[in-house]
Amino acid sequence: MSALIPYIDEPHPVTGVTNAKLGMWLFLASEVMLFGALFSTLIIMRTSATDWPAHGSDVLNVPLATLNTVFLITSSVTIVLSWAALKMKDLKKFKFNMGLTILLSFGFLVIKYIEYTSKFHHGHFPSTSTFYAVYFTLTGLHGLHVIGGIITNLYLIGPGSKMWEKEPERFTGRIECAGLYWHFVDLVWIFLFPALYLL
Amino acid sequence: MSHDSHNHSHGHDHSHGGHELPFWRKYIFSTDHKVIGLQYGITAVFFLLFGFSLMLLMRWQLAFPKQAIPLIGKLFTEDGVLSPELYNQFGAMHGTIMVFLGVVPLAVGAFGNYLVPLQVGAHDMAFPKLNMMSYWVYFVGGIVMLLSFMTPTGAAASGWTSYPPLSVVNGPGEGFWGGLFTGQSMWLLGMVFLITSSLLGSVNTIVTAIQLRVKGLSFMRWPVLVWAQVTTAFLLLLAFPPLEAAGIMQLMDRVGGTSFFMPSGLVVSGEAWKASGGGNPILWQHLFWFLAHPEVYVLILPAVGIVGEIIAVNTKKPLYGYKTLVYSVLFLGFMSFIVWAHHMFMTGMGVTMSTFFQATTMIISVPSVIILTTYLLTLWGASIRYTVPMLFATAFLPMFAIGGLTGLPLGLTASDIHLHDTYYVIGHFHYVVAPGTLFALMAGVYHWYPKISGRFMSDTLGKIHFWLSVIAINGVFMPMFFMGMAGVSRRLYDQTVYAHGLAAQPLNVIMSVSAWILAIAQLPFLYNMATSWKWGKKAESNNPWGATTLEWAASSPPPHENFTTPVEVYRAPYEYSSNKKLLPQFVQEA
Repeated sequence: MSALIPYIDEPHPVTGVTNAKLGMWLFLASEVMLFGALFSTLIIMRTSATDWPAHGSDVLNVPLATLNTVFLITSSVTIVLSWAALKMKDLKKFKFNMGLTILLSFGFLVIKYIEYTSKFHHGHFPSTSTFYAVYFTLTGLHGLHVIGGIITNLYLIGPGSKMWEKEPERFTGRIECAGLYWHFVDLVWIFLFPALYLL
Repeated sequence: MSHDSHNHSHGHDHSHGGHELPFWRKYIFSTDHKVIGLQYGITAVFFLLFGFSLMLLMRWQLAFPKQAIPLIGKLFTEDGVLSPELYNQFGAMHGTIMVFLGVVPLAVGAFGNYLVPLQVGAHDMAFPKLNMMSYWVYFVGGIVMLLSFMTPTGAAASGWTSYPPLSVVNGPGEGFWGGLFTGQSMWLLGMVFLITSSLLGSVNTIVTAIQLRVKGLSFMRWPVLVWAQVTTAFLLLLAFPPLEAAGIMQLMDRVGGTSFFMPSGLVVSGEAWKASGGGNPILWQHLFWFLAHPEVYVLILPAVGIVGEIIAVNTKKPLYGYKTLVYSVLFLGFMSFIVWAHHMFMTGMGVTMSTFFQATTMIISVPSVIILTTYLLTLWGASIRYTVPMLFATAFLPMFAIGGLTGLPLGLTASDIHLHDTYYVIGHFHYVVAPGTLFALMAGVYHWYPKISGRFMSDTLGKIHFWLSVIAINGVFMPMFFMGMAGVSRRLYDQTVYAHGLAAQPLNVIMSVSAWILAIAQLPFLYNMATSWKWGKKAESNNPWGATTLEWAASSPPPHENFTTPVEVYRAPYEYSSNKKLLPQFVQEA
């Protein structure tokens, strides 16, 4: 990367953001459209169905999903705390909070795994009905986003954290961007949970 | 200069300024936006020629139904006749390749990548590594699309729009892996790669144009090409993801046995379809056109930008109504998101919906006309210098106008009922994309060639290329309007089986011969592009056309980090003073 690219670690005076942060917001806008299309699919299929095959509150495990909601919301708090720790120049506290974030996201995936296997065990697959097709596609794509977040966060807590010594501003910016992404993943779940599990 | 003040002394342990990179880092896995732009350009030209060749073969079948293709026919089938199966595959892949692998990568990937950083005075893209990744993801997507021809059932054969249920039941494979290794599934996978690539590219373009502007380059001093590319990037960013979602769902329908787009009670070849049903085929059309209508503007806006630059340079006048032009481009971009269902008037979606989309479609024609008008008024009273790029740029105006105006009867529900899915539609959008966008892109190649290589392309060959192309291309597409109005469907393998098709058949011969002449007309262009690199006339200065925008401040070709001396912007683009004295953006005196 060229050293001649400005606004890598300081905000642009006009836009008020760094390159990476603007890029992240644009990426998230695109992600909104991706999940928006899938949510629209759910709405259209359900409203146009003469007989909606299943209701989430009857066939899905609501208590487990509630626990998952708690996990994700907590992890959104801890990732902000990890960023705040960097702002206070405390790398140890950053690693503690980021570690907690990763742990909570792993917890989310474990519960998702339990949910999926019990569905498969009972013979419910995406091909079973349009409800399960939407359920598996939406939660599956969301799960892939969780996995992506875990990989990024593992990099940032591990080898990526070396940047802290030489470019603390830029590293803090990276954590902020990772946080933005993670909030988005959290937000998708907050829409997903009522739309699929409760309604 | 502003960026020197925050030199990243704490930053990178290597700088590219001094030492030479190895060949594979410099030309293959390069992070230099200019090299990536050229990579995009060369790959896109290859795909354009490939997609064009498919159509040249189909044109034989259309002109001379069920006759063996001379010389090369035996390569495709045993008797040399293009089979209906191959015809369908070629048709679907012609559309897909031309749009997603040819024109968009050339207009956005090549021109956007090469010119946007230069025109805003940046040393590179904001995210050079993402830029490289964007190209290679596109490359993989292209390879996946090409490999789909090798599958047991051949390439995708359900049209470039891939409407279900046909696209789901067409050429299914056995089991999961068998289902995945089929033309249509590979098409969907390829699209996921292309969408990812365009996502990376569009984020990069927007951030570069906004954040890396050089000192003095306020938004209203952006060259029109930058405005066009940024608007295009927003369209790609926001319109493509729904198709990605739809692609994932169709892929699940094909290999996972789901029923997103498969209605209940479907009977295929006399047997009940094996999936659960309950899906909605129209949903695919909505998701597809939610992408594919903005995509039309992705195709045309970069062309509008290129033509604007070339007209300003060759008339030595400020672009008439620059601000109006900019606002029109933005409004066009915004409106393009709410017109998609005018492709779907025939689906029976109801009068209210149709009326809404008919109204928005009429509204979107207003900014398009404003754009054309500003260019025409720029030509008014100018002493026009007809260089080869200017020939193509001026030809763009009436061609785009024909394409645009013939769209109006398609946007009105009443006339669309007659014209829907006929050759008229093909004529309409090809006028926009082929003699419209492609002419503008060719103009761009001739215009920026001296910047990229330091040498001019041959004028004589350029003029031969232009005149042959402009005549032949009208011979291809003009008869389509008449054929469409005669009621000939766009998807027929052999229209002579119908009386009304048989009556219009002579037009097919004219179109096919014109298409083959058009192909021959591209040979001087390709030869010109290849040989001028080494043997073309040398450009005597960095700014041989007398242009005003920042890319002409860099040397030709621009060095690795574009500008060796600091640049700054002092005025709006295209400020030619009244005595035609050159006043580029980057020169200080008043």
